[in-house]
Amino acid sequence: MDKPSPGLVRSHCVGTTAVVYASDYLNKLTGEKIERECRRQLDCGCRALVIDFSDTQLVNSIGISILLGIIDVAERNGARVVFSEVNDQTVELFEMLGLTRHVVLAKDEHEALLNLSHYETTPTVH
Amino acid sequence: MEPSTQKLIHTFGALADLGQEIAGTGDFTEMVRTSLHLLLGTLALRRGAVAECIDEGSLRCVAVWGLGDELLSGWTIAETEKHQLLDAEAKECLVRYSDKSFISRNFDGLSNSGIELVLPMIVRGDVTGLVLLGGKASGEEFSNADFETIKAMTRHIGVGIHTHRLLEQVAQRAEENRRLYEELRAIYRDTVRAFAAAIDIKDKYTQGHSERVGRYSEIIAQEMGWSEQEVEGIQIAGYLHDIGKLIVDRDIINAPYHIDAKRSSDLNRHPAAGYEILSPINHPYADIPLMAKYHHERLDGRGYPDGLTDEQIPMGAKIVSLADAFDAMTTDRPYRRRRSFEDVVRDLRENSGKQFDGKVVTAFARAILKEVNGEAKKRPITKMLGKGYLEGENVRGLLTDLISELESRSRGAAAQTVTS
Repeated sequence: MDKPSPGLVRSHCVGTTAVVYASDYLNKLTGEKIERECRRQLDCGCRALVIDFSDTQLVNSIGISILLGIIDVAERNGARVVFSEVNDQTVELFEMLGLTRHVVLAKDEHEALLNLSHYETTPTVH
Repeated sequence: MEPSTQKLIHTFGALADLGQEIAGTGDFTEMVRTSLHLLLGTLALRRGAVAECIDEGSLRCVAVWGLGDELLSGWTIAETEKHQLLDAEAKECLVRYSDKSFISRNFDGLSNSGIELVLPMIVRGDVTGLVLLGGKASGEEFSNADFETIKAMTRHIGVGIHTHRLLEQVAQRAEENRRLYEELRAIYRDTVRAFAAAIDIKDKYTQGHSERVGRYSEIIAQEMGWSEQEVEGIQIAGYLHDIGKLIVDRDIINAPYHIDAKRSSDLNRHPAAGYEILSPINHPYADIPLMAKYHHERLDGRGYPDGLTDEQIPMGAKIVSLADAFDAMTTDRPYRRRRSFEDVVRDLRENSGKQFDGKVVTAFARAILKEVNGEAKKRPITKMLGKGYLEGENVRGLLTDLISELESRSRGAAAQTVTS
């Protein structure tokens, strides 16, 4: 796993999927770092993003807005987004606000990658 | 947790964050950007923008999220359109239903950008800008509660922008005032210098004396660690120290020989007369009249006009006194040539503690030594004294000896004070 430099977001790649780790409190500062990292990974050719919330206790309004921005950018790039290891309280928040209409929630990183591998092997229907 | 309860907590959290953001003193654009994030994140809106009304109805995009930066480029809003939005309900500002001129006129641009709602930012009954919002990530329609939340947050953002703009104006005016004050100070200094030159014209043998006393005083005060404001003040005091000579007969001032007691008494009135002239003026620096009044006082009480002793004499007057005496010793007078530097240093040594304050003499000697040693960026003293005056072989030694002797005396005096 890549070790982040101070002030950088932890992330690593599995094939064409980037796994990005959110911090304990997803606010403006940390949210913007995650957004930048996701954009960077998409620019580098990643076709899917897994945002891991295993360390995340709380997501505030700015965090929601930034996550929606990431979803938007990913959709424009034809990439899928999976949120993994989201705690119950945050799951409720995502469901209430409708984020779950745009992303898949996975129990953990492994499940997220499995989900995406299934998607990759599913032939595109024209 | 009930969804409605969780939604309330989420909204309250956002409102609290918004209040904090708007009350902050950070960067304006960042404040608006963060406020927009808070508004979008509260209801999970996928895109939005905040624009402010600028000159002649133009709109300027201050923050944008999920939309192209070119949004609103070249867009305007007429006064009548502002009035329509001012009175409109939030529901009437939904892009797909609105008959408000600004919205219907820009329907294509708004729809193509995914904007669903355009709300005015209203501050004191005036539309100061617009908030443009996309749809909810949930795909649901805006509820009445959503409209209330959006309206409340839009008001907050509007007030925040207005307040920041006001603060910017205040800062701009403060900066203008500062510049004006600087200009006034420069005019004041130039006027005083011109006045100093006028004083010196009266005395054909000491032209430039007041200017030099001002500069020497400034240099000494700087060396003594005075503040910039205090240094400027003492420079002014130096320029004006002899202003009382304006009332002394020109023949007395220009007498080419030592004057008699009567004439000397007339001449000695000039410090008190200077005080009388300078006192009614509201100077931007402290104690200038007193420095003029006491620049002929001596530490031993044998000076004039009041025969003050050491601690009774303001430090500024002590500085001007030394600067005045130094210039008198180092310039030609009608009845003698200027004295050698060695002679001047001897005088300073002998009269430190009697006529001059040792600390002031030490500071001046240090300033001269810095110039002699090439440690000073500029060499104003050397320049005022003229070429060659400070170039003797023993100048450095004279100054070093003077400084160490005066420091030694000062240490001795301090030790004596502690013992007694």
